[in-house]
Amino acid sequence: MAMEEILETASRLGIDLSQVDLDSIRLPPGEDFGIKSDDEDLNEEDRLEFDAGFGNIIVVDNLPVVLKEKFEKLEGVVRKIYGQIGVIKEDGLWMPLDPVTQKTLGYCFIEYNTPQEAELAREKTHNYKLDKSHVFAVNMFDDIEKFLKVPDEWAPPETKPYTPGENLQQWLTDEKARDQFVIRSGSDTEVLWNDARQLKPDPVYKRAFWTESFVQWSPLGTYLATVHRQGAAVWGGASTFNRLMRYAHPQVKLIDFSPGERFLVTYSSHEPSNPRDTHRVVLNIFDVRTGKVMRDFKGNADEFVVGGTGGVTGVSWPVFRWGGGKDDKYFARIGKNVISVYETETFTLIDKKSIKVDNVMDFSWSPTDPILALFVPELGGGNQPARVSLVQIPGKEEMRQKNLFSVSDCKMYWQSNGDYLAVKVDRYTKTKKSTYTGFELFRIKERDIPIEVLELENKNDKIIAFAWEPKGHRFAVIHGDSPKPDVSFYSMRTTHHTGRVSKLITLKGKQANALFWSPAGRYIILAGLKGFNGQLEFYNVDELETMGAAEHFSATDIEWDPTGRYVATSVTSVHEMENGFNIWSFNGKLLYRIMKDHFFQFLWRPRPPSFLSPEKEEEIFKNLKKYSKKYEAEDQDVSLLLSEQDREKRRRLKDEWDSWVNNWKKWHEGDRSERQRLRDGEASDEEEEYEAKEVEVEELLDVSEEVLAFEE
Amino acid sequence: MRPILMKGHERPLTFLKYNRDGDLLFSCAKDHTPTVWFADNGERLGTYRGHNGAVWCCDVSRNSMLLITGSADQTAKLWNVQTGSQLFSFNFDSPARAVDFSVGDKLAVITTDPFMGLPSAIHVKRIAQDPSEQTGESVLTIKGPQGRINRAVWGPLNKTIISSGEDAVVRIWDSETGKLLKESDKETGHKKTVTSLSKSADGSHFLTGSLDKSAKLWDIRSLTLIKTYVTERPVNAVAMSPLLDHVVLGGGQDASAVTTTDHRAGKFEAKFFDKILQEEIGGVKGHFGPINALAFNPDVFQAEVKMDMSGCITSTQITSISRFKTPNRYMVLLIFFPLFLFTDFLSRYQFFPPFSPF
Repeated sequence: MAMEEILETASRLGIDLSQVDLDSIRLPPGEDFGIKSDDEDLNEEDRLEFDAGFGNIIVVDNLPVVLKEKFEKLEGVVRKIYGQIGVIKEDGLWMPLDPVTQKTLGYCFIEYNTPQEAELAREKTHNYKLDKSHVFAVNMFDDIEKFLKVPDEWAPPETKPYTPGENLQQWLTDEKARDQFVIRSGSDTEVLWNDARQLKPDPVYKRAFWTESFVQWSPLGTYLATVHRQGAAVWGGASTFNRLMRYAHPQVKLIDFSPGERFLVTYSSHEPSNPRDTHRVVLNIFDVRTGKVMRDFKGNADEFVVGGTGGVTGVSWPVFRWGGGKDDKYFARIGKNVISVYETETFTLIDKKSIKVDNVMDFSWSPTDPILALFVPELGGGNQPARVSLVQIPGKEEMRQKNLFSVSDCKMYWQSNGDYLAVKVDRYTKTKKSTYTGFELFRIKERDIPIEVLELENKNDKIIAFAWEPKGHRFAVIHGDSPKPDVSFYSMRTTHHTGRVSKLITLKGKQANALFWSPAGRYIILAGLKGFNGQLEFYNVDELETMGAAEHFSATDIEWDPTGRYVATSVTSVHEMENGFNIWSFNGKLLYRIMKDHFFQFLWRPRPPSFLSPEKEEEIFKNLKKYSKKYEAEDQDVSLLLSEQDREKRRRLKDEWDSWVNNWKKWHEGDRSERQRLRDGEASDEEEEYEAKEVEVEELLDVSEEVLAFEE
Repeated sequence: MRPILMKGHERPLTFLKYNRDGDLLFSCAKDHTPTVWFADNGERLGTYRGHNGAVWCCDVSRNSMLLITGSADQTAKLWNVQTGSQLFSFNFDSPARAVDFSVGDKLAVITTDPFMGLPSAIHVKRIAQDPSEQTGESVLTIKGPQGRINRAVWGPLNKTIISSGEDAVVRIWDSETGKLLKESDKETGHKKTVTSLSKSADGSHFLTGSLDKSAKLWDIRSLTLIKTYVTERPVNAVAMSPLLDHVVLGGGQDASAVTTTDHRAGKFEAKFFDKILQEEIGGVKGHFGPINALAFNPDVFQAEVKMDMSGCITSTQITSISRFKTPNRYMVLLIFFPLFLFTDFLSRYQFFPPFSPF
């Protein structure tokens, strides 16, 4: 009963509810006068949830029909078959008998402990041949009802009228050309505009308990994916965030979009009910728009665990790596001695077989072209050298190969346009006691793919970080063993040495251990995270000069906005204190900071690539002054408006306060005599009232006149 | 700006109080002996010996003759400020926490902690003109709220008592009948323990600081929320400038976690806010531990006092701190270093940490 109704009834009966002690009312036992207790409500909801759970029961059909005498034998056979797959519940096997003929009916029900086991049993024993005339037909119990509803006659499907969808890219048409980001703190997930002109974020959409573990933007920013116990969902829309599609995958742990957002890979691992078994892994690939499962992969966790060096256990994510650029044409995964490349037309292996590479350790796709780079470590105690090779897909031809000696480890870094590949090679020194590092630089787009070797000036320097300039030809390296390492910049082409790598500059003694290039190139942040407590240096690589230095104390994450205009640094809940984020301009000016307790995620909404041709971009760059005029004027207007608003707000607050104080003074004045009495007649008010006033005093000390000779 | 370091206490400080003239500063600490100092040069004037437990709070009468202290030894004591002699001891069955003289100094409010099954309580005692006639009888005892009461002060004309503590609720009681008059709203009020409470100079409003990382300004009559100051740290201490529209918040990470982090992580800076605009206008660095108490010198040449965990006190005359727009002020910095924790750290640290150059 709603509160209003109660109040109404009470007023009708002339009862003053505030005088009634509700706890003192006792109803006769078993009689509720039609008033539902809150507790009972809760119980009902619980019951509803239990009702649906028949997911762990399967129905096995096409069993032999046997007489009662043979019943136990048949039951024994069935139990043996299904007991191998999972744990059948006590009394979980039920084979009904025909009450008239006392024969079995040719089917039975089996209840497992978990739905996963039931699912597995269905998969493994469907079409199982018990003998010639008995081929099992196994179905989930939950599905039977669905099958019963299938009409016997085919009816032509209704053609639904076309309803135009929303413009999912609406956010790109923002008049102020702002970018969006999503944050997660506490139980809230929020999407905000970065309104850098107003120096504050502007809310777009907020929802509590939007996700059960994390959120993720799709690579082109169209969708926001949320992860739940039942599966993943994507959200988007023109003005707000509506659910566009759901992808059912129980207990999903990780998700990954293909680079062109056509497909979504979801991953879950399941505890086996028998502790000796390994975890089962389930991967689904969905079509993002239709929500259909394009292909699923199931298996033991072992099959999906690939060697990383030394004892790295667990599945390395993403299991499937996407290749061939934004077309989402290929995806591949690494297995024991093989690399399996699938194509997305049919979702099958290319040429129906995997590429066999003995002992392959790691691979990576070129970000733009269907080229794979593989790394195979040294074999046979050094008799067979380690090698890095480039393989063209779908032809599987080896384009280039490089043998490397006494290698301990290799890491591959692609430049974002796929123009260059840098392979960081850790080699053993002659004594094999320590390692040193060099780089092999591949020029992919040039004829024959020339390879160049780069060694640092001090060969023994440890490499702390490496990063290519996005879309550019430069890269940065943090190296050194001292607590303050050096940072060096190199270019793959300079005016003097085309086709040769050359060093631009080395910055000595920087408090940095991570590199963050602007997505537009040219600017880079040398960041000192973790041990350096969040030191930030904003560096311009064109001019080779520092633009600004700052600190975001105990920052854990740094992310550039997709345009390279702003940078977000955040302290996530790995730290207890300081949680929140800062927004900086590209040159290191702090624009605003927001503190949020239990801050988990900050993610900029990505933008799809620009439609402007490089020539057009160049033209705009040349005539920047012309274009920027408009925006500068806007900036000016906004800042005027802001200061006006600010003044207005301050004035209002001041006025409110003054009126409050005046009001108080009236009261206070009225109490004067009483106060005086309490203080035994001492008039204490006057001396307590003083005010601060700024007084300027000018004093004329002396006036003197002097005639100065004026010389030409 | 040259801080004067006032050394004397051996355990963390708990409370600070200036007398009305602003020439004397009373400090309480966990080391059993309240101490009085000359406010302008930091010289120690004397101590009040007799307590047998941590001293939590004190108040001084308007004429600077009488001092009252509340201590964990289950007593509140009256002292002769001049001679340091104990005049009377109020005995309780649980530790005394907050003490406050009424307008006219004829009454005092004393709160006691919940202890061995006893609930927390607010006691009102009559203070005799002649100490020899002093009795321990309570005029009024109020019981009810759960948890410790951290502060209790008198409302206007001694008609009400304002209390706040661990249950995060600010309450106004009738000082005659002991009836609960008002309670702060759950929605707008504090979410965690209220650690400190400070009245404005004219007694029209008061400021509460809480572990929920905020301080709130309330109307003392209607208990309406006027302002909220949000900060990044748990607030242990608050103070309001008697002269300007400034409030100061002090606090920081819990003392037990201090050694494990960088000093910046602890947020031990004292933060200045504009009282009306609720904007942060500055901060004073210099502490290694959480600030436990703050006080402004009521003298027109006002001074501010802040302190944290250990036993040294510093004070400085500021000739110009233009950023605060308050010329010619005294600022007193009290710093208590927990020496048992920091001996190594101290030797490396510049003793007078840089007062941020404005």
